[in-house]
Order: sequence, then structure tokens, then C-alpha cells
Amino acid sequence: MEITFKILRFDSDKDKKPYYRKYTVKVEPGMTVLDGLNEIKWRQDGTLAYRRSCRSAICGSCAMTINGVNRLACNAQILALKRKTIVVEPLRRFPIIKDLIVEMDDFFEKIAIIKPYLIAHSPGGPRERLQSVEDRKRIDEAVTCILCGACTSSCPSYWYNKNYLGPASLFKAYRFVFDSRDEGAEERLRIISDRDGLWRCHTIFNCVEACPKNLNPTYAIAELKKRLVTTRL
Amino acid sequence: MIYHQHDIVIIGAGLAGLRAALETSRVADTALLTKVFPSRSHSGGAQGGIAASLANETDDNWELHMFDTVKGSDFLGDQDAIEILVKEAPATIIELEHMGVPFSRRPDGTIAQRPFGGHSRPRACYASDYTGHVILHTLYEQGIKQGVKVYSELYVVSLVMSKGTCCGVVALDILGGELHLFHSKAVMFATGGYGRAYKITSNAHANTGDGLSIVYRVGIPIEDMEFVQFHPTGLYKHGILVTEGARGEGGYLLNKEGERFMKNYAPEKMELAPRDLTARAMQTEMNEGRGIEGKDYIHIDLRHLGAGKILERLPQVHELALNFVGVDCTKEPIPIQPTAHYSMGGIPTDIHGQVVIDKENTPVKGLYAAGECACVSVHGANRLGTNSLLEATLFGRRAGVAITEFVQREREFTPLPENPAEPAEDEIANILANEGKESVAKIREELQVSMTENCGIFRDIKRLQKELEIVKKLQERYENIHIDDKGKRCNTDLIEALELGHMLDFTEVIVAGALNRTESRGSHYRIDYPKRDDENWLKHTLAYRTDKGPRFDYKKVVITRYQPTERKY
Repeated sequence: MEITFKILRFDSDKDKKPYYRKYTVKVEPGMTVLDGLNEIKWRQDGTLAYRRSCRSAICGSCAMTINGVNRLACNAQILALKRKTIVVEPLRRFPIIKDLIVEMDDFFEKIAIIKPYLIAHSPGGPRERLQSVEDRKRIDEAVTCILCGACTSSCPSYWYNKNYLGPASLFKAYRFVFDSRDEGAEERLRIISDRDGLWRCHTIFNCVEACPKNLNPTYAIAELKKRLVTTRL
Repeated sequence: MIYHQHDIVIIGAGLAGLRAALETSRVADTALLTKVFPSRSHSGGAQGGIAASLANETDDNWELHMFDTVKGSDFLGDQDAIEILVKEAPATIIELEHMGVPFSRRPDGTIAQRPFGGHSRPRACYASDYTGHVILHTLYEQGIKQGVKVYSELYVVSLVMSKGTCCGVVALDILGGELHLFHSKAVMFATGGYGRAYKITSNAHANTGDGLSIVYRVGIPIEDMEFVQFHPTGLYKHGILVTEGARGEGGYLLNKEGERFMKNYAPEKMELAPRDLTARAMQTEMNEGRGIEGKDYIHIDLRHLGAGKILERLPQVHELALNFVGVDCTKEPIPIQPTAHYSMGGIPTDIHGQVVIDKENTPVKGLYAAGECACVSVHGANRLGTNSLLEATLFGRRAGVAITEFVQREREFTPLPENPAEPAEDEIANILANEGKESVAKIREELQVSMTENCGIFRDIKRLQKELEIVKKLQERYENIHIDDKGKRCNTDLIEALELGHMLDFTEVIVAGALNRTESRGSHYRIDYPKRDDENWLKHTLAYRTDKGPRFDYKKVVITRYQPTERKY
């Protein structure tokens, strides 16, 4: 089956503004959007630029906008999209460097802001810290986040205010605040209760829809809000 | 050309590189260079677990772990290195836990451990089937805490040597397109494996083995390259990993008769036989017409585990099977085939991670390596599952300790040679200027397809000779490539061409090494020499680059505790 890929192209060295370019790809069942992009790059146009690595939805490199929805190219089955034309664009609201490659520095800086590491003042001792199965379960979703950026780029609050930490950063804060071994909740809650933090989330749920790992950052943010209002800082 | 000076340059930000950087950057000026952002490294693809004799589930101790690893290696592993690996394993896991790694837990709150192939006790510490991912992210997060200096999306093109001493690297900034020269006292390679030399592989696109040929090109040997691990359970047609933990949790391998055929190959261990043996058993079933529908795949059946256990312990496997082959593994078996997975060989190092250049273990001043790109050698001819995350973390740390000591001792930077960036500049300029007729993608695909066909699980002189000819012809054709993208910014066309150049260099060593080793040991199986031959081949291969192809030398295997015996499971 022949499918048209309509891809947003832009080279910040050459082009004044982005434009679309169309490619036709012969699609077999089982082919993903990433396979389609590879097909174009390897056989039609080597200048097309995009990030990719694991091709199994774990490295988080290939988040992009596919038919208007943020997804990973590597786990988006082409035929399941049920469209003759697939529109592929870079993650929105992240500055484009070239084609589908966007600037991620700000995204990762916002992860770093919330102190994304276990804070434990008590000594660890010669053995592992104990954690109950139930306590471990609370962070089960949050530790599988792959930092692809699909959620933050889909968030209208982030579109409106680029200083907003965004769902990925807050999800990471949840991962540590609700880790029973962690003792840094207060420090983190102080950071995320800032005017560009937690309260910028208006429960729009775009992040939940965008997450290619079917995770629920909105729930995590709501839990953080509850925790914050019941904590005296 | 942008000039940088750092005491230490570490290349690669997976488990080995990150763990080393955490060690060195405490006291020494360290730059961590990586071609993909750290959290995108392929250590994150590891699913099933990381080994240590914590004895949380049953009795266990380092001696058992050591014997299993030595036997698993088909007695080619160096026992001094293996002893370090297994003795330091429990402390390594505890350290990771203290850093915050969210391991799955037992009812008593200790770290949960599951059985794995070739291990006589359940010693794979896991986080459902996201073990590599959570360790990678934890180390990356520790890097943030410690302020490790990361140069992300920099592609290392060449090594700078001066009179036998390593004094830096030249790297291409992928996003910006500028060349960077890093002048350093020590360089460490942690660049991972080369699964992408094969058509069916569990490895990421980034796993093109660049580090191996970068050192090979400056006259340093690479060791035991003929030993390539094929993981038994890759998703059919994709090669994407289905963790061995799926069998650790009790999954069955079934042929088209619905028979658990492993009873004919490893009656005692069944599905938990080591990977070399299991992959060969599967390939034999398929070759003899007992693949599913007579085709080249086998089933792994998890249904009897129940949906609850599958979704709790193997959620990623469930997701991958659904996404990539449209199978809900709580209701149907998953179609699988062996997939190129891991390189036992690599850059030879001593037990401190320092690179060595000959059979006498003469060290190279200022050069280190750890993780999959290195060969220390703890895996010998076949690696046991869960020993690789352990090796990368543990020997990454050890290399970090050794490098820190070295740069503190070494007051001065070795002066750079004249025109240190010239080889890298020439290589890039040649590719950009080349207007040949050959396509990079086409040559790469021919290489991957032929390697899978001729240098896979079962090997013989005819196919290996044929493959050597193919690789040599592809090398010639590579001289005549062209790329579409001549620009600077994000020129991934150029990166792919550079990567292919590396792949063509080290695959020649894999094939020539496989042709040279006239015995069967571990993952290297020669149909024409089906027996292990300790008298002639209980030795490591060292391959040196010459104009006429690799020249081989050999290194003694370190045997301390366990003499080679027949290997049965």
C-alpha cells in the first residue's frame, strides 16, 4: 500500500521558515512511522534529519507529532493510523534545529531543577534499604517514564508559559516525593510550589493522551497537589 | 576546530561510562561525550536483571556465581576478572539501590531476584522488565546531582595518540556540525556493542561498534571478536528483545508440535539453559522444519503464568509484543527468533580497565575501556544473562577509580602531535566530497543481511570464506559512496556513513576470527569443527590491523579455580 508522508522540513542554516515536503512510501504490514522515515532517508532523501535509536519505545529519542498527536515514531504502526497521508512534524513548541530534530536543553534543565535523585540523609548501611511491595508500586509508573518530551510538548499550559516546569518534570518530582526511601520531599515541594510549578497544571489531560508509554502524569500532579496542601512548608 | 582541555574524556554514557564519570568527576575534571543523550543509551534496553549473589530468595554465594559464569563462558573467561565480578557484585547492587534504583521487592522489603539462564540460583535483581532503564536513569540522575559535564550528541571520530600515549579524541558535534578537539590525560571508551552489523538484532540504531574500530585503526588489537551472542528470544522479523526473564518467570519455548523441545537439548535446565545453547536449539528446530508453520520462528508461551503475573513482572514484553507483532501474550504465544544481541569480545583491558596491547598485557598509557566495548574478559565465549549490566557498572567504576589515580599522578598533559585532527578532518572531507555511485544504506543492508546469513549461529568454512569476500568487496565499494546531505547542521547522513566505515572494519575481524578459530566454543559454533578443542584453542584471539587484513596473535586464558570440563546443562 502506498502512503504519503508529508514531513515538515526546516534547516535553520538555510531556510527562512519551515515548509512541507511529500514522499511516497510503499508500506508493508508491521511497518512503523520510524520505518517509513528510514525508508525515505535511506532510499529517497538522505538530508532528512530526525533522532532515533532503540526503535523499541524505551530510549525516548523519536517523539514527534504524527497526524497532530505527539507519539514515538518507533511504536506508531503506519496502517493502524488509517490515513493515506501521514503528517509528521517536530514536537511542537520546542525550537526546531533541523527538520524533526528539536532543541531539548530547556526540557532537560527542567528535569534537573526538581532535584531528580534520591535524597536520603540517613546512612544506607551495608544492605539495601527496605521498601514494601505496596510502596514500590506507588512509583511503578513514574519510574518507567522515558523522558521523550511528548507530554510537555502537548501541554497547553506549557505553550502559554514556557517557564512552566511541565508534566515530565513534575512526574519526575512525583517519582521521588512518593518514593518511601526518599527524604527530600520538602525541598522538592518548595521548588514545585513556585509560580511556574505545580499550579500551572489545569488538568487538561493532554499529557495523558500524548504519553507513548500510557502513563498518567496528570494523576501524579494531582497527587503532588494533595501532598502540598497537606504539608506545612 | 574548537579546542577543549579536560583531565579525562569518557566516551559513551550508558552504564559503564556514567558509572565511571561518577567516580572520576568527584575529584578530576571530566568530560562525558556521547552520541545520544545519556538517557537514550542502549543500556536502557536491558530488561531482565542484574546479577549478584544477594541470597535474598535462596542460598547463594559468590563461588556459585563464579562457577556458573566460568562454565557459561565455556571456560574462555579470565577467572581473575570473573572473581572480581562476582565478589564485588553484591556491593555493586547495594550501591545502586542506595543511589535510588527502584528494584522490585520481595514481601520482606528486600530486593526481588529471579532465575536466569545458566545461573544455578535466582540471582537476577530486577525492576519488573525495565531493569536497564531504571539503572540508566538513576545513574544519569546521579550525574545531574554531581554536576557531571556532559557533551551530548557528540560523535567521536578518531583517537589522538602521541608516541604510544593516548592524549585525546576528535569529535563531531552532530547538531552544530563543528569539529571539537579534546586534549586529555586519559580517554575511556564505553561505547557499547555492534548489533547493527546484523540484520536481525536486538540492538539500537546507535549500536554500530564505532569504539572498536577507532582503537583498531591506531594499531591496538581487538580481542575475541568471533564471539557474538545471539539472544534466543527476539520478536519475529524485528529482533526486538523479549527478556530472558520471560523464561526466568517460567515461560515455555514451543515448536510447531507444541513441544517443549528444550528437553532434547538441555534436559535439566530446559528453557533456562544458557543463551548459546538455547539459540542453537531453536535454530536446529527451525532448520529441521519444526518452526511454527514451518517458518523461521518459534513460540514463547507465557499464558500459563496468568495475566496478573505477566502484567506485573513483564509489562514491557506485553507492550512490545502487542505493538510490534500484534500479539497479546496473556492470550497467545509470542513468535520469536534468535537475534544478534551482545559482543563478548572487544577492546582488551586489564582488571582495572586499562587497555592492553599484547599477550603480555602491556598497557597503553592513558587509554581505558569498560562495558560491552571492552573485553576484560568476564564473558569468555558466551555471556550469561544479567552479567552484562553488572560488568558495565562494576568495571565502569573500577576504570573510574584507576583513571582518577592516574590523572592525579600524572601532572602534565602529553603534548598533542602535529595536526591531531587531520585523520578525522580527512575522513569527513572525503565522504563529503565523494560523488561515487554507491549508497551507504545499500552497502549497510548487504552487510547486515550477509552477516546474519553467513556469520550467525551456525558457521562453516564455506560460508565464512564467502562472507570475508563479501565484506572485502563492500569495503571497496565504500570507497565509492556518496551522501545527499553536504550541510553542517544535524548531518545524520554523514554520521551514518562514518558508522558504516567502522562496521566494515570490525566485521572483517569478526569473520576472519571465526574462520581462524577451528573449534566450537560458546557462541562460536563451527559445523565443520563441532568440538571444543582445549589443546589448540583455549586462548584469546588478538586481532591487529594490517593492510592485508587482520593479523592474529593469542593470549593465555587466566585459570585460577576451575579447570575446563565438559559443559552440559
